[in-house]
Amino acid sequence: MDRKHTIHPFFSGRLFTHLFLLVIVVVWTAPTVGLFISSFRDKDQLVVSGWWSAFSSSEKKTAGRIGGAGEQIEINGKFIICGSFLKKGSSKKIIAFGARSNEPDAYQIGETIRHKNGATFRLDADGSYCWESPKPAERKRGQRYFYVVTSPPVFTFDNYREVLGSQNLGQSFVNTLTVTIPATIIPIMIAAFAAYAFSWMRFPGRNFLFIVVVGLLVVPLQMSLIPVLRLYNRIGSLFAVEAKSYLGIWMAHTGFGLPLAIYLLRNYMSSLPRDIIESARIDGASHFQIFTRMVVPLSVPALASFAIFQFLWVWNDLLIALVFLGKADNQIVLTSKLRELLGSYGANWEILTASAFVAIVVPLMVFFALQRFFVRGLLSGSLKE
Amino acid sequence: MGVGLCAFYFWGTNWLLNRLLSDKPDADGIIIRKQHLRSNISPWLFTGPALLLLGTYLVYPVFETIKLSFMDRTGDTFIGLANYRWAFTNPEFLQAVTNNVLWLVVVPSLSCVMGLLIATLADRVWWGTIARSLIFMPMAISFVGASVIWKFVYDYNGPDVSQIGLLNAIVVAFGGKPQAWITIPFWNNFFLMIILIWIQTGFAMVILGAALRGVPDEILEAARIDGANEVQLFFHIVVPQIRTTILVVWTTITIIVLKIFDIVLAMTNGQWDTEVLANLMFDWMFRGGGDFGRGSTIALVIMLAVFPVLIWNIRRFKQQERL
Repeated sequence: MDRKHTIHPFFSGRLFTHLFLLVIVVVWTAPTVGLFISSFRDKDQLVVSGWWSAFSSSEKKTAGRIGGAGEQIEINGKFIICGSFLKKGSSKKIIAFGARSNEPDAYQIGETIRHKNGATFRLDADGSYCWESPKPAERKRGQRYFYVVTSPPVFTFDNYREVLGSQNLGQSFVNTLTVTIPATIIPIMIAAFAAYAFSWMRFPGRNFLFIVVVGLLVVPLQMSLIPVLRLYNRIGSLFAVEAKSYLGIWMAHTGFGLPLAIYLLRNYMSSLPRDIIESARIDGASHFQIFTRMVVPLSVPALASFAIFQFLWVWNDLLIALVFLGKADNQIVLTSKLRELLGSYGANWEILTASAFVAIVVPLMVFFALQRFFVRGLLSGSLKE
Repeated sequence: MGVGLCAFYFWGTNWLLNRLLSDKPDADGIIIRKQHLRSNISPWLFTGPALLLLGTYLVYPVFETIKLSFMDRTGDTFIGLANYRWAFTNPEFLQAVTNNVLWLVVVPSLSCVMGLLIATLADRVWWGTIARSLIFMPMAISFVGASVIWKFVYDYNGPDVSQIGLLNAIVVAFGGKPQAWITIPFWNNFFLMIILIWIQTGFAMVILGAALRGVPDEILEAARIDGANEVQLFFHIVVPQIRTTILVVWTTITIIVLKIFDIVLAMTNGQWDTEVLANLMFDWMFRGGGDFGRGSTIALVIMLAVFPVLIWNIRRFKQQERL
């Protein structure tokens, strides 16, 4: 695409143009960036601080219980309980503490809480505490203290390990591939033949049939769901096979993808030079030979465009998968799985962000690698002046 | 397994066609007849699989759905207009229609405006290609994926605690009160619409951008010499020039809006007054064992809304072919 910098100067200020576009781009990308960063964050940090603060330390208010009466030792008439709220070698740091839950930051590190009964409590930044009292502690459970802890940013693959392992997202990834690859290849083949016939063969009803195809381009999927589901159920019970099968969904995606495929490919194929096809005909080549040896190789850009469309569409589809595929582990696709996780782990953002990223990473890669074809396909699909 | 079956299909078709087409005639008199026969048959061999699939998956279902909309929940007993009577007195359905109309007004218009705006801006800066690419990116993300992304933006942690949702964090930073955005009736519709606008603006931008570049420079220059300022130029010269393209983009997004389902299902499942037709239809397909009659009725309402676009597309296509 060549760009002309001089046309349509709607906004006169150059700086304003840059800034305005920059703001839009930031607004557009921030949600995805947030998801991406969050998916690598430690799940404890993820729930307390926003992703934009992922690179700075996070603060958390929490509580800990000191050792109980069983752990106290007596030194010089004083009863002492010492221990630590943090694990040894932890990268967390305590910055303040207190005796009441509503003021966990009443005392700074180095200060000492003096209770009315004479007991004192001291807490260090590394989590180690000492409680001292002239009277022995009586309760089995230790007293509770509150503190504010900061933790340095932690980035981890744990979330991905979790979703790919125990959430079985890896299997869903394979299922999605199993659906997508045939559901992309089959319609291309079928549509290429049909598109060739619509562009270079004469047969009765050709124009009428193609107009039907143009009409079908916009027929909503919803119209087909119930009849096709009933059809599948009937076939399923007739031949005693599972109504929800991969074959069923491949055929469904093929059927629903065909109008666009035929339309795009026919537009492209009919724009090929008439001379070369007619001279090949005169040389005695059959339609089949012309199709496989000339038209298909020449139509690679259009085929690629549609392949990307169909791939993205099938990969990202939820509706057809929900209706025509089961929800068992061996059939559930990524989108369907993601939707279930959204229902059952609505607040577990470490699972959701990582799962969502697993679900969108392949389409994003395809998109960025083959954007050129994608754009070309979009243009030829909707702009035929 | 999948690829194997696919390859089998490919070779099957291939072999069949090959066999029929390479059928060599043996006597002079038969050549003509066979050639004639071949050229009569081969188009149907080429289009056959496609027509069969289109028939099964799109044409037959249209008629079947019309029939089913007059049937009861099992799809076997005729009940006349009862489903339609139910629909137009059912508050849920009426709300879905209202919400769909709202979506239809907001999403295509904002997507087109934003698309046109970004296309215009991106043509004027050196990093326009990168900007376009980033704006375009959401098109590759599934509606469910986009829903997770935006649910995270709208996330609400409860009052008086730090917010991890971007929107609430911004609201708090400006001194506002955090809200559970997607549960506020009426306005939550707009928060769902933003997701679709976010996805579709890239589409509008690409198509409209190409059309903008197609506007002849001479016309612009002539208008400039006549003393038109840039804003006048844009609204009086550029927009009329690309009017058809705007309409195409508008109708394409309109159809996507009419079928919008995944976003509502994933974000709210129609709760908090966000129901739309496609989600309601899906719901009725399975609710209480499934009601095919009511489901079909709702599908048909969507189809009726699409119908004007269908007619317009066909008319436009016929005009193009005549040129």
